[in-house]
Amino acid sequence: MKLAYWMYAGPAHIGTLRVASSFKNVHAIMHAPLGDDYFNVMRSMLERERDFTPVTASIVDRHVLARGSQEKVVQNIVRKDKEEKPDLIVLTPTCTSSILQEDLQNFVDRASSESTSNVLLADVNHYRVNELQAADRTLEQIVRFFVEKAERENTILVEKTEKPSVNLFGFFTLGFHHSHDCRELRRLLNDLGIEINEIIPEGGKVENIRNLPKAWFNLVPYREVGLMAAQYLKEKFDMPYISRIPMGIVETGEMIQEIEQILNKVDSSRKNDFSSYIQEQSQFVSQASWFSRSIDCQNLTNKKAIVFGDATHASAMTKVLVREMGIGVACAGTYCTYDGDWFREQVAGYADEVFITEDHTQVGDMISRLEPSAIFGTQMERHIGKRLDIPCGVISAPVHIQNFPLGYRPFLGYEGANQIADLVYNSFSLGMEDHLLEIFGGHDTKEVITKALSTDSIFHWTADAQKELNKVPGFVRGKIKRNTEKFARDKGADEITIELMYAAKEAVGA
Amino acid sequence: MTITNPIPTNNELNFECETGNYHTFCPISCVSWLYQKIEDSFFLVIGTKTCGYFLQNALGVMIFAEPRYAMAELEEEDISAQFNDYQELKRLCLQIKQDRNPSVIVWIGTCTTEIIKMDLEGMANRLESELGVPIVVARANGLDYAFTQGEDTVLAAMAHRCPEAPVQENGKKSLVLFGSLPSPVVTQLTLELKKQGIEIAGWLPSQRYSDLPPLGPDVYVCGVNPFLSRTATTLMRRRKCKLISAPFPIGPDGTRAWIEKICSVFNVEPKGLDERENQLWSSVDDYVSLLKGKSVFFMGDNLLEVSLARFLVNCGMIVYEVGIPYMDRRYQSAELDLLRQTCEKMQVPMPRIVEKPDNYNQVQRIRELKPDLAITGMAHANPLEARGISTKWSVEFTFAQIHGFSNTREVLELVTRPLRRNAKLDNLGTSQHIKLAIDSNTV
Repeated sequence: MKLAYWMYAGPAHIGTLRVASSFKNVHAIMHAPLGDDYFNVMRSMLERERDFTPVTASIVDRHVLARGSQEKVVQNIVRKDKEEKPDLIVLTPTCTSSILQEDLQNFVDRASSESTSNVLLADVNHYRVNELQAADRTLEQIVRFFVEKAERENTILVEKTEKPSVNLFGFFTLGFHHSHDCRELRRLLNDLGIEINEIIPEGGKVENIRNLPKAWFNLVPYREVGLMAAQYLKEKFDMPYISRIPMGIVETGEMIQEIEQILNKVDSSRKNDFSSYIQEQSQFVSQASWFSRSIDCQNLTNKKAIVFGDATHASAMTKVLVREMGIGVACAGTYCTYDGDWFREQVAGYADEVFITEDHTQVGDMISRLEPSAIFGTQMERHIGKRLDIPCGVISAPVHIQNFPLGYRPFLGYEGANQIADLVYNSFSLGMEDHLLEIFGGHDTKEVITKALSTDSIFHWTADAQKELNKVPGFVRGKIKRNTEKFARDKGADEITIELMYAAKEAVGA
Repeated sequence: MTITNPIPTNNELNFECETGNYHTFCPISCVSWLYQKIEDSFFLVIGTKTCGYFLQNALGVMIFAEPRYAMAELEEEDISAQFNDYQELKRLCLQIKQDRNPSVIVWIGTCTTEIIKMDLEGMANRLESELGVPIVVARANGLDYAFTQGEDTVLAAMAHRCPEAPVQENGKKSLVLFGSLPSPVVTQLTLELKKQGIEIAGWLPSQRYSDLPPLGPDVYVCGVNPFLSRTATTLMRRRKCKLISAPFPIGPDGTRAWIEKICSVFNVEPKGLDERENQLWSSVDDYVSLLKGKSVFFMGDNLLEVSLARFLVNCGMIVYEVGIPYMDRRYQSAELDLLRQTCEKMQVPMPRIVEKPDNYNQVQRIRELKPDLAITGMAHANPLEARGISTKWSVEFTFAQIHGFSNTREVLELVTRPLRRNAKLDNLGTSQHIKLAIDSNTV
């Protein structure tokens, strides 16, 4: 048992439901007790979805507990088949059903013979995988199911398209800025003269899965969802895939180069050269690299940030901060503990520390220990930042409704680089404000006791020293207080005077 | 749609029961208001990631205010009994005692603890004496209960912990009210009864666990909420209290009937209730006139539906359907009677009362009936709005202050808000926000 107040990634069935309800005309039936259909609320509220979420529950109640589901699951599948005529019904196990150990596959087999839609049992174990892993797994399962079905029926389309084309994987409902990212990548691919063959799962139809092999290659822009499906297609049809995260100008350029190589390999008569496109986009179309160079950003030099989020966004953001904005990353972390090795490899050399945990209290302690100038994290880090008075830009799920903006806010591609630059710049205190605060000793007169989550300060500050401390701008005051007290502790002093304060300042070379 | 001609009335309520395929909150959500109500408590929900995910998302920002609740998250080793449940719970509860020092720890049993048959009551007894902190066990799981019934299971468990009331020599009766209400509402209802010369001996739950009210054969108890039938049963059968069956103090009509019923038990002639009720009705005339002749459909998810429907009928609305998760006809009998009388008085048809509703069928009926307002959960609100049906989220009625005379306006504020808002947005043009082709396919 684990004492838990908050979690970064949800339970497995949420991942399955997110994938299933992203497809068009696919219905998910959860084998779950009353109240477990909270997913519908999230989708309806966060995504402001206009349509009824295609998820219902086959309720597990006291009777089911006593006698088993018997006909209930089959009846619910057959009923949904008649009511909505979906192309696919995904029976989704939950934590409850996985310990009931009913033979759900048997229900699925029986229901498939009675209904016109395809029926599939999501193959996820609640106690072994989380939301993201389950989403990846379910997507692969659905792709595999319909590829194999098309092969049996001889309807699979393996002939490549005449023009270069691509399948996009991993955009789905409740994803962090997914719909904007999808639009941005489509635009970019269009610029390169590449046609979109299929987008899976968001808005895709399962019957179109048989078209997947027609594409020249697959693109998987996020680390968490889509890789398994792409790997399956690689094994099955030798389709190449790109799994680079096109976030920031450097990585977007690298991705385009990888595309170039693939296109030239598939059709050696083509000789694509995208280098002038990359140059044009990164130097002139995107404002981000010029922006970093412009003098206003000079005050970002030596600033330190902390990055925490899913593996995709935290790793990509770390690289963007260091390589493209000249900002130090004191610590890069992720809650995707199952993918820790990959994450370490990605951020190696870019961050002073790597932190991999699912425990938000540890993240909070890490932040209060390192006292960065800004945080880039999830909604949880935003709240930690509020408490410690450190600004935070949200770069990853889990998120609130304000992270589903109506306006166009991609994180990927060249427009994404612009958005990230704005987000980063606005998160730090503005340049001139920074100077004015320093010169005039700050306009913030409210007393800050400590920035740390827990304190055992025993030092007495003389009135003068306290006054001097209050002149220090709010956002660094805690750090100075802490450094001074540390210095005093080392010196064995128990009272902090102005003299001691400045001695401490000189000692740390600030 | 405004109905001008009176509709012939059927004179009996119709009770139906559907498939139970409806959306509601898991009953563990009760920790969100109970931990705030009982200030020295700590709620430990013994369940899985699914429970935790629900709590964290449903309760939104509250989680960041260092709540006095947590999950004891069961892992694979707990399910397969490789770990000793007792040792594990002891370890967590020791930590809670150390960090928070609560006066009571409430264990919330979930679906998982039911299925793996974890003996929470047995373990709680043992651990309580070892730990020196009372441990109350409530099985608020989705296998048996819906949403607000979670509070019912917690209060029923707490009823066992109330001290024994001494037997009164002179046969003096005392009054204990049960149901968790925000403290301003507690004060308001206390004052209303005080005006009639009736003192309240205590509340279940009290503000602090250490102040639980004494119970016994001379104690009369009365519920303030319609979902407390288990608590009522426990108070009668186990604590030998006498239950006052009254309509619930929601709306001025309900509050008046509630006070009158209590007065009649205590042989008090109620004074000034007529003026009080009339004065309140006239103070909300602006809102009532918005509702007159409009129709409403309750999809049902929190058991407040019958009381709200009765109040809205009194406001001149026509209720098409009262969906409700569970209908205890004995505990709610006085409320059902009042609903029947109110429908007769207002000359509107009796609504159908649908227990364990089927949301899919209900959406078909809403499509047919086109009510002016659907009171529904958040899963259906946006899709219905997109189809031109005004909706009010039912959950808000659970968290808003809706009891007593003083909160009449609050309830009407909630009910009329979608109507007032949509009227303001008339200039935007169509209320339909989906393509009709999709509509005919999916609704």
